[in-house]
Amino acid sequence: MEKPKVATTSLAGCFGCHMSLLDIDDRILKLIQLVDFDKSPVDDIKKFSGDCLVGLIEGGCANEENVEVLRQFRRHCSILIAVGDCAIMGGLPAMRNGIPLQECLDEAYRNGPSVYNPSGRVPNADELPLILNRVYPCSEVVKIDYHLPGCPPPADTLWEAVVALLNGKPLNLPYELIKYD
Amino acid sequence: MKSTNGGKLIVLEPVTRIEGHAKVTLFLNDEGCVKQARMHVIEFRGFERFVQGRPYWEMPVLVQRLCGICPVSHHLAAAKAVDRIVGGENLTPTAEKMRRLMHYGQMFQSHALHFFHLVSPDLLFGFDADPAIRNVIGVAKKYPDLAVQGVMMRKYGQEIIKATAGKKIHGTGAIPGGINKNLSVEERDVFLRDIDKMLDWAQSALKIAKDYTAENLDRLASFGSFPSNHLSLVREDGALDLYHGNLRAIDAEGNKILDQVDYANYLDFIAEEVRPWSYMKFPFIKSVGPEDGWYRVGPLARLNNCDFIDTPIAEKERKEFVKLGNGKPINVTMAYHWARMVELVHAAEKIKELLNDPDLQGDDLVAKGKRRREGIGLIEAPRGTLFHHYKVDENDQVVMANLIVSTTHNNEPMNRAVQKVAEEYLDGKEITEGLLNHIEVAIRAYDPCLSCATHALGRMPLLVELMDAEGNIINRKTRD
Ligand code: SF4
Repeated sequence: MEKPKVATTSLAGCFGCHMSLLDIDDRILKLIQLVDFDKSPVDDIKKFSGDCLVGLIEGGCANEENVEVLRQFRRHCSILIAVGDCAIMGGLPAMRNGIPLQECLDEAYRNGPSVYNPSGRVPNADELPLILNRVYPCSEVVKIDYHLPGCPPPADTLWEAVVALLNGKPLNLPYELIKYD
Repeated sequence: MKSTNGGKLIVLEPVTRIEGHAKVTLFLNDEGCVKQARMHVIEFRGFERFVQGRPYWEMPVLVQRLCGICPVSHHLAAAKAVDRIVGGENLTPTAEKMRRLMHYGQMFQSHALHFFHLVSPDLLFGFDADPAIRNVIGVAKKYPDLAVQGVMMRKYGQEIIKATAGKKIHGTGAIPGGINKNLSVEERDVFLRDIDKMLDWAQSALKIAKDYTAENLDRLASFGSFPSNHLSLVREDGALDLYHGNLRAIDAEGNKILDQVDYANYLDFIAEEVRPWSYMKFPFIKSVGPEDGWYRVGPLARLNNCDFIDTPIAEKERKEFVKLGNGKPINVTMAYHWARMVELVHAAEKIKELLNDPDLQGDDLVAKGKRRREGIGLIEAPRGTLFHHYKVDENDQVVMANLIVSTTHNNEPMNRAVQKVAEEYLDGKEITEGLLNHIEVAIRAYDPCLSCATHALGRMPLLVELMDAEGNIINRKTRD
């Protein structure tokens, strides 16, 4: 029987949620028995090879590229999980939402005390994707099936959730796994 | 996508947008040779601006969300900066040693992660192996023992972080002027039980990196290599110190450009150039200028810069390592891996030393002194020197934040490495699979944490575009 496939991606996140997944430690060896990883930074596969059962999304959408990748995940994954506060509500990067984008760019590329920028240009070459006016939670861009809160969600939370999903069982998370600092 | 004026367009594949983060453009001259390589970093966050208005004590927990791969480095660099704001920079022995333990735990897990999860596939399967197996899952299937070691070493480091910071990722241990807990005897004993095993495993990882470098030296010596300056912190006596020290910079010949510079004056010595094609800036040493003042940071720079290492096994290994340079700094890009493993061993030795220190069970956790309006904190993060700088107003709110992260310092070197590799491996106007592999391997030597600067695990998605002298795209290829 073919193993179910899992894909993961990091949008406007910090990779901490992916690191938390690695913190399942030796269970990762069990996990690769249970599922095949499709497109994911964990295995370096960069394009979907087919449709997946589960897609894990870290990070919200801060530029047009994030939106594109998120839509791609929705098309290819039956179940989409927003992992962590960034994916669920924009998280820390969304702190820029109350500030005009230009001010953020000016601070980084014009006003900072160590900046050397004789032309005064902020990076804007064609190679760079358009930055969105604010950071969007994933659920404002596509339909999200489940949310796993935390910054990042603990490894055990991720493990329990993925295992429950693979076995088609309801997910019961004890208090310790959903309690945060 | 670039417009295609003129009729030079040869191939333009309908590429789906790759998952972002890093993208490389190779510019050709009239003769069709590589004139310049550009690695674009395409994510922008805006931390410097949006932390303004927040109270300074939030910085150590807030700014670490730049990077979930090395959060402890940001946590501690920010803490060192706010120590100065509360006048608590002379930490109590317990606080300083708890923070050091946290930091060496981080160094241990990060170097192990990079080596086992990201680099070992290249070394074990070869640069040219099929990417479908050339990954950590391939390693787990073919070399299960090695994979288990990698996983357990990372776990050990992460558990140390949890015991010192409260949480494996984005902990809260360091507070202005100190630390919020000590290490219990029970916690200590658990770590002491396994430390010798960790030290053994670290040495066998080092051996893999060393033997690999020795066996392939002919090929590696020139691979993506170039002369450069090197920058890092060193202790006052010249020893390698990853938590604290003064700035030292040397040129490619080993002459000192800066030495024992108090990092609180970094603005007199370091600036960052903005270029329109990347969100990542290009730092340089001011006295040398933007053209030639760029430098490398990280394990290679640290081992080139320090005079000695204060733990015995790592010092013996360092002596062997520096022989590679024949009395000069080592400028071989691929030597980063070997240097990184020397540090892995050093981190394990330091952890052992600290665990045996009764100060970790002390109760005096926080120091305070004269309040200041400004604080600067530097640390040697796994990937290199990390700068945090904050100014606060009379309401304790941050009014200025400046961050120069490790990977940013290596921006120019990574661009150079890509250019070197492209010069060597670009054959005609086609981007081959081989070229793509080699570019990836060269970038990976720097262990770029684009998550800090922006995003992306070391194994980054790659899109390479080739442009002719008129600026037309003549070939592009992504790694599938
Ligand atoms: S939720 Fe937290 S750990 Fe996850 S990506 Fe966002 S900042 Fe990082």
